[in-house]
Amino acid sequence: MLELYILLSFMIIGAVIALEIKDMISSVIAVGAVGLGVSIAFLILKAPDLAITQLVVEILILIILIRLTLKRDLPFSTSGRWLLNTVVTFIFIAVFLGVAYFAIKDLPEFGSPILRVAGTYIAEGLKKTGAANLVASVILDFRAYDTLGEATVLFTAVIGVITIMRKIGRKKIDEVVNEEDE
Amino acid sequence: MIYFLCMVLFAIGLYGVLRKRNLIKIIIGLIIIEYATHLLFILVGYRKGGRSPILAPDQEILKIVDPLPQALILTAIVIGLAVTALIVAIAMRVYDRYGTFDITKIRRLKG
Repeated sequence: MLELYILLSFMIIGAVIALEIKDMISSVIAVGAVGLGVSIAFLILKAPDLAITQLVVEILILIILIRLTLKRDLPFSTSGRWLLNTVVTFIFIAVFLGVAYFAIKDLPEFGSPILRVAGTYIAEGLKKTGAANLVASVILDFRAYDTLGEATVLFTAVIGVITIMRKIGRKKIDEVVNEEDE
Repeated sequence: MIYFLCMVLFAIGLYGVLRKRNLIKIIIGLIIIEYATHLLFILVGYRKGGRSPILAPDQEILKIVDPLPQALILTAIVIGLAVTALIVAIAMRVYDRYGTFDITKIRRLKG
């Protein structure tokens, strides 16, 4: 499992670079590196479907974020209550990591899952659904309502994006200025 | 231990969401949090020496990794993409209206 540790360290370094670098394009590329690291980690963890999906989704997120960085504006101010905010943030993160340290002790040991529900799926999946890929049999047969809900969320998000981005029905800039004058 | 590294990745994303002032950096923090969560679920479902959950016709397979978290995370990844697109759309409209990504300068909400 050494390769997983190396990969996770790479992802942590990539995440720190993505958050701290000032150039926005470099930041977005660093996020892309983290996402592709997640994809490789899925391959190592024996989840090929997820690795393929993650690869596609990662590239789409990269394209969307690069579209966002075209509007260049780089605020970097340390005014205001900078010290207080930083200290409070670090205290919160320390508390979070402390709680997480005790919480992950209750998880099953790495490499030996419980398989209480999935045991049934593995034993009877092929007989009941006829799908050789057990992941497909779970999402499309045993938990098909889950997938229906996912499709609902997906289309709601798409409708939201269309509503927010469309030009019709948007006020012109000068109208807004007039409103402010009143 | 490997769970804890995953939590460290989550905490880095949390730092970005809480501390950064640029809206793009906040979105990047959210994306990192999402990755850490997905990875944690798949790590919990991993079985040592297990095979990927795809059956073969003439082959007895004894150890298979847990297919349930993989199925749930498969839907979560796609939902994550849609939600990220929605956040980015809102951020672009905020930029059109205020001319900045700095959240300390975006004070008033107006329609």
